[in-house]
Amino acid sequence: MFASLSDRLSATFKSLRGKGRLSEADIETTVSQIRRALLDADVAVPAVRAFTSAVRERASSAEVSQALNPAQQIVKIVNEQLIEILGGESREVRFAKHPPTVIMLAGLQGAGKTTLAGKLGKWLKEEGHTPLLVASDLQRPNAVTQLQVVGGQAGVPVWAPEPGNGVGNPIEVARTGVAHAREKYYDVVVVDTAGRLGVDAELMQQAADIRDAVNPDEILFVVDAMIGQDAVTTAQAFADGVGFTGVVLSKLDGDARGGAALSIRTVTGKPVLFASTGEKLTDFERFHPDRMASRILDM
Amino acid sequence: LLSRGDISEADWEEIEETLLLADIGAGPTDELMTALRTRVKVLGTTDPEQVRDILREELLTLVDPDMDRRLAASPVVGDDGEPHPATILMVGVNGTGKTTTVGKLARLLVAEDRDVLLGAADTFRAAAADQLATWGERVGVPVVRSDRDGADPAAVAFDAVKAGREAGVDVVLVDTAGRLQNKAGLMDELGKIKRVVARQAPVSEVLLVLDATTGQNGMRQAQVFAEVVDVTGIVLTKLDGTAKGGIVVAVQRELGVPVKFVGLGEGPDDLAPFDPKGFVDALVS
Ligand SMILES: Nc1nc2c(ncn2[C@@H]2O[C@H](COP(=O)(O)OP(=O)(O)OP(=O)(O)O)[C@@H](O)[C@H]2O)c(=O)[nH]1
Ligand SMILES: Nc1nc2c(ncn2[C@@H]2O[C@H](COP(=O)(O)OP(=O)(O)OP(=O)(O)O)[C@@H](O)[C@H]2O)c(=O)[nH]1
Ligand SMILES: [K+]
Ligand SMILES: [Mg+2]
Ligand SMILES: [Mg+2]
Repeated sequence: MFASLSDRLSATFKSLRGKGRLSEADIETTVSQIRRALLDADVAVPAVRAFTSAVRERASSAEVSQALNPAQQIVKIVNEQLIEILGGESREVRFAKHPPTVIMLAGLQGAGKTTLAGKLGKWLKEEGHTPLLVASDLQRPNAVTQLQVVGGQAGVPVWAPEPGNGVGNPIEVARTGVAHAREKYYDVVVVDTAGRLGVDAELMQQAADIRDAVNPDEILFVVDAMIGQDAVTTAQAFADGVGFTGVVLSKLDGDARGGAALSIRTVTGKPVLFASTGEKLTDFERFHPDRMASRILDM
Repeated sequence: LLSRGDISEADWEEIEETLLLADIGAGPTDELMTALRTRVKVLGTTDPEQVRDILREELLTLVDPDMDRRLAASPVVGDDGEPHPATILMVGVNGTGKTTTVGKLARLLVAEDRDVLLGAADTFRAAAADQLATWGERVGVPVVRSDRDGADPAAVAFDAVKAGREAGVDVVLVDTAGRLQNKAGLMDELGKIKRVVARQAPVSEVLLVLDATTGQNGMRQAQVFAEVVDVTGIVLTKLDGTAKGGIVVAVQRELGVPVKFVGLGEGPDDLAPFDPKGFVDALVS
């Protein structure tokens, strides 16, 4: 259904070949192809608009009109701009000067938080840390069991004083989890929280209360790479409701283009730190803005 | 949507933006805009209110209020002339709400006085069977599960339908593991689950669970799942958030398969029949 941008543009290029410079109409065709590719990739509508006007502007500049292949030059410009917006180079996790470092996970239902907790636990352990996972989702059926299972797979202990399924106070669990870590010299605490909607004021307040109880060094917003235009609204709601320091893009092993990465970055200015790329605990890597840019543009 | 007394280029852009922001998709949006502009021209109207009504009409036509959205949940007679429970498979990518929807659907069927049994054929995701068992307790229906993780999901599904037949239940709801449509091995496994289940009883429904926050990838999901297991209905979950779920408009058209239910929350009663008019109103609001 979606011809790749490369395919679409090469059709355009064909008609442009041999022309020394781009005409107004050539520019419009190229702009419209790029617009379509970005929209198909779920890039936020306002971001798409910003891109197309930037492309229009730069297309008539000397760097483009004097290029060997002007249309390709435009794509190169778009690609570079995408990388720049996506964050140039990604940054490292910030560890606390005085351990334990607290990493809180937040996001919509089903985004991949609990799985990520296991992945982070495993990774941290391999990096020589002594992590502790904290089960502060006491809402989703068997979220606590799920965290215990992934903790077991990662070989990382889990603080789970409450059974969940509606029983227990997640703020209290987070607080006692960090206290327990301090007492037993765990140096990183990963707090798993329940999925929540941006519009759920009550649950957003709960997330803020968890944050205030444990004072996290990192709050990671976990977001499904398949998300569409709602990325902007939801990212903004989490930025306002609980605040986050970094983003994790999950399910990147799928074939979604993942334009949301760009939207979230544009709206909140927060960097994407990690990519989650599968259901296994090892399917986890640092985020690469350049790869993401090519993926979004389908090049 | 429109505020002024005549229709400027900015107004048209605003309409287009509304459609794009609802995840309708660039292609279908272009089509809708062309149709809308043509009709507005023919009618010679400059009344924004009327333009908005026409847009609603166009969308409603696309969503097709006449599709049969009933759930096939009555026992069927198999090739052997024997009665079989209606078997319903829940499928979709990771985290869309399959397990939760099985629980909610069971609740709904129980309220209609049907005997229901659940099959925990997600033997992969950590604590997936426990999660389904909790739903079973919540809504008061039995669950067939394997006593070990990593068991063959097709075997568990088979056992569930067999148990359902033997107990004479009306409906067996089979939960499956989330899988991304580009993973050929996992899609083959799903095909096998369906084939194995069909040996016990004809499969009445295959419900594809789509998350309303999903963007354009929802179409790929629908295409591939339909190819592999012949989807008969769509459940659009998480519509209680800010996402509009517009991708289902193109999906319905592409597959010719209706959205049957919408998910409106995490509780047992948060499932409703799909209402085309309400959906369209929310799309353009
Ligand atoms: N393919 C793939 N699946 C993933 C990835 N991350 C998580 N999942 C799957 O997505 C589903 C949801 O993951 P969870 O970790 O339970 O998500 P969550 O955010 O904790 O969900 P809630 O607690 O219900 O809000 C599960 O089936 C996971 O196995 C990923 O990177 N790739
Ligand atoms: N707000 C909201 N949350 C929902 C809805 N349906 C499901 N959820 C939540 O979404 C998350 C994932 O739901 P599950 O039912 O576990 O999803 P799944 O498709 O079975 O996930 P996997 O088996 O891991 O692929 C859970 O936190 C559910 O409570 C809905 O309609 N609205
Ligand atoms: K909604
Ligand atoms: Mg979770
Ligand atoms: Mg499930």
